[in-house]
Amino acid sequence: MSADAATHDDHTPSLWDWKRWVYSTNHKDIGTMYLIFAIIAGVIGGAMSGLIRWELAEPGLQVFTGEDTGWGALFGNEHNYNVVTTMHGLIMIFFMVMPAMIGGFGNWFVPLMIGAPDMAFPRMNNISFWLLPAAFALAIISLFVPGAGADNGFGGGWVLYPPLSTLGHSGPAMDLLILSLHIAGISSILGAINFITTIFNMRAPGMTLHKMPLFVWSMLVTVFLLLLAVPVLAGALTMLLTDRNFGTSFFDPAGGGDPVMFQHLFWFFGHPEVYILILPGFGIISHIVSTFSRKPVFGYLGMAYAMVAIGFIGFIVWAHHMYTVGMPVDLKAYFVAATMVIAVPTGIKIFSWIATMWGGSIEFRTPMLWAIGFIFLFTVGGVTGVVLANAGIDQSLHDTYYVVAHFHYVLSLGAVFAIFAGWYYWYEKIFGVKYNSLLARLQFFFFFVGANVIFFPQHFLGLQGMPRRYVDYADGYEYWNMISSWGYVIMAIGMLLFFAVLIESMISRRKGEANPWGEGATTLEWTLSSPPPFHQFNELPKIK
Amino acid sequence: MAGAVKHDYHLVNPSPWPFVGSVGAFLLALGAVGNMAGLVDADSSIAFMYGEGSWGGLLLGFGIIIWTMFGWWGDIIKESHSGDHTPVVDLHLRYGMIMFIASEVMFFVAWFWAFFEYAIFHEVRLDPGLATWPPAGVETFNPWHLPLMNTLILLLSGTTVTWAHHALQHGDRKGAKLGLLLTVILGMCFTALQIYEYTHAHFGFSIADGGNLYGSTFFMATGFHGAHVVIGTIFLAVCLFRLLAGHFTPEKHFGLEAAAWYWHFVDVVWLFLFAFVYVVYQ
Repeated sequence: MSADAATHDDHTPSLWDWKRWVYSTNHKDIGTMYLIFAIIAGVIGGAMSGLIRWELAEPGLQVFTGEDTGWGALFGNEHNYNVVTTMHGLIMIFFMVMPAMIGGFGNWFVPLMIGAPDMAFPRMNNISFWLLPAAFALAIISLFVPGAGADNGFGGGWVLYPPLSTLGHSGPAMDLLILSLHIAGISSILGAINFITTIFNMRAPGMTLHKMPLFVWSMLVTVFLLLLAVPVLAGALTMLLTDRNFGTSFFDPAGGGDPVMFQHLFWFFGHPEVYILILPGFGIISHIVSTFSRKPVFGYLGMAYAMVAIGFIGFIVWAHHMYTVGMPVDLKAYFVAATMVIAVPTGIKIFSWIATMWGGSIEFRTPMLWAIGFIFLFTVGGVTGVVLANAGIDQSLHDTYYVVAHFHYVLSLGAVFAIFAGWYYWYEKIFGVKYNSLLARLQFFFFFVGANVIFFPQHFLGLQGMPRRYVDYADGYEYWNMISSWGYVIMAIGMLLFFAVLIESMISRRKGEANPWGEGATTLEWTLSSPPPFHQFNELPKIK
Repeated sequence: MAGAVKHDYHLVNPSPWPFVGSVGAFLLALGAVGNMAGLVDADSSIAFMYGEGSWGGLLLGFGIIIWTMFGWWGDIIKESHSGDHTPVVDLHLRYGMIMFIASEVMFFVAWFWAFFEYAIFHEVRLDPGLATWPPAGVETFNPWHLPLMNTLILLLSGTTVTWAHHALQHGDRKGAKLGLLLTVILGMCFTALQIYEYTHAHFGFSIADGGNLYGSTFFMATGFHGAHVVIGTIFLAVCLFRLLAGHFTPEKHFGLEAAAWYWHFVDVVWLFLFAFVYVVYQ
C-alpha cells in the first residue's frame, strides 16, 4: 500500500464543493461531468438539426433567408445553413456521442466492471475531460467570427475538405475549428492511453481478458482505434493549417498539391472514427440484452473477437467514402470487397444478440426497449451500408440523402439509442435514484417513431436524387421533406420527455437499489451500492 | 468505502493542474488563431492579444501550459519520492509511455503519407515542373554530408543514453551523469546541425519563398522531427538535473527510461527520414 493512499481523503465531498469537480481525480465524478457535457452539447447540436429540418420543411428559404427580420438576423443567410449542418455533425460526433459513450459510460463502468478502484491515471483523466469544454468553446466561438468573406462560421461540411477549408474559408473561423479539433484530439488520445493502461493492468485478480465484460472489450477496441487514428487526423489538420497560414500547398493543385490526399488522410481517421462512435454501443447493448433475457450473452468470445475484427478491418476500408474522386477500378474493387467483409463480424453480433434473446425469459424494461430498438434500427442502417459499399451504386448515391439516411440510422438511431439504453440501464447506479419508467418508455416510443419518421423518408429522397448540403431543393422533393420535418417534432417531444424523466427523478428522489434488475445483471457494478461509494474496491474483488 | 485500502494502486489526490492546463490550451489556441488570422481589428484595445501578428494571447496560453508542466510533473516526482509509485503503478507509467509513443508514430505516418503520395504518384501532378520527384530544379541535400553526420550523431546518442541507463542500474552514478550529459550534448549538436542545414537549403518552404511542394513536405516532416528532438533533449536534460539532484535509484528510475524510450523513437523516425527523404529521393 502506498503511503499516500492511507491518508487519502476517504469521505465523499459535498456536491456543491466546486473543487470536487474542477480538481477531480475520481473516475465517477469525471464520468458524470462527461455525461452532463454531452447533454449540453447534444441539446445545442439537436437544436441545430431543428434549424435544418425547419429550413427543409418546404422548398424555398424558411429560416436562412438573410433578411434582417429579427429571426433572419439571428440565423443569417444560406451560408449559415451550411455552417449549421457542419457544426451539427462536428458537435454530435466530437462533443456528444464520444463524451457520452467513452468519457461518460467508459469512465464510470470500465473501472467498476473490471473491479478497479479508479482509472490508471486519475489526474490525466481529468484533463481529458477539461480539454473538451476548451475545444467546444473554440468551436462555438468559430460561429461568430468571419469564415467565408463577410459571412461568419465554417460551412464546408464536417469532413473539412479543401479547397472549401482552405481558399473557400479564409477567415479565422476555420482556424478556430482546426485548433478545436486538435484539442479534442489530444483529449481523445490521453483518454485512450488511460483506458488501455487501465484495462490491461487493473483487472481484478482472476479476471482474464477472456472473462472481461463485453463493454470493457468494446472500450478496449474503441480506444485502440482512437490512439491510432486520431494522430493521423492531427497531421491532416496541421497540413490544412499550414496551407492556410504559412503558404504551403499540400492540398493546392496550383502548387502541385492534391486535395484528394486530404480525403485519404481524413478518412483514414474518419472511418475508424465511425466505429469509435458505435463500438461502445455494441458493448452496452450486449449487457442489456443479456440482463433482460436472463441469459449469458450468446457466443461471448465470438462477440469479443467480432469487435476486434471490426476494429481491424475498420482501418482498411477508408476509401469507400471517396468512390467518386476518380480512383482506379481495381482500387474500388478492393475497397468494395473489404467493406463488405465488415458485414460478417457485424452480422455475428446482430445474430448473437438475437440468439441471446432466443429462449430467454425476456423482460421489456426501459433499457431493453432501447436495446431492441437499437438492434432493429442499426440493422437497417447496416443493410443500407452494404448497399452503399458497392462502388457502382454509390456513384449515383454519393452525397445524396440516401447516405444521410444511412449514417443517421447507424448513429442517430444506432449510437444514440445505445446511449439512451445505457443511460436507463445505469441511471439508478449513477445517480442513486429511480426514474419513472412509464415516462422513460414514453420517451422511447416518441424517439422510435420520431427518428424513423425523420430518416426513413430520406432514403426515398436520396434514391430520387436529392443531394446533401443544400439549403433549398426542387419542388418534387417537398412531400417526403415535410414528413421528415414533422418527424423532428415528434423526436423533440421525446427529448422533452428525457428532461421530464431526469427532473422528476431528481425531485422524487426514490432511493435506488444496488441491483434493480435481478439475477440477469451479473457484472461487478451491481455488487456495489447505488450510487457506489466515492472510492470502491478498497479490497479488490476476486473473480472465480 | 468501509475498510482500509488494500491495494497498491495510486488514488491521486485532487489536483488543479488538469483544469489550469486546459485553460492554457484554450488560450494558446485562441492566441494562435489571433496571431495567424486575426480575431480582432488592429485598432482594438486587445489587438496586442488577439490581433493579426500579435503574440500576447499566444504567449499567455503557452506560459500557462509551461507552468502546468512544472506543477504537474513536479507533483509526479514528489509522489514518486513519497512511495506512491508501487510496482503496478510503475507498470502503468510504462504502458502509458508506450501508448503515447504509438500515437506519436501515427502522427508521423501522416507526414510520411504526404511525402510518399507526392514522391510515388508524381506523374499525375498537373504542374509539369512537379512531374518528377524531387521536382525539376530542386537541388536537394547530399545525404552523405550533414545528414549522414546527423544520423551518426543520433545513433551515437542512442548508445550514450544506454550507457547512462546501464551505469545507473549498476550504481555508477558518475557514469550515468557522463553518459546523459553526452546524450544531451549530442542532441543539441543534432539540432544545431539541422538549423545550419535549414539555413543553407537551396529550396524554399513554400511558393512564397520561391519553393514548392518539395520544400513543404521536407521542412514539415524533418521540422516535426526536429521539434521532437528538442523535446527529447529537454526530457533528457531534466533527467540529468534530477540525477544531479540525487534522484533515481538503480532499481527505480522510470523517468530516465521513458526519456530513453522517447529518444530511441525520435532516432527511429530519423532513420526513416534519412533513408527515404534524404537518400532514396535525393
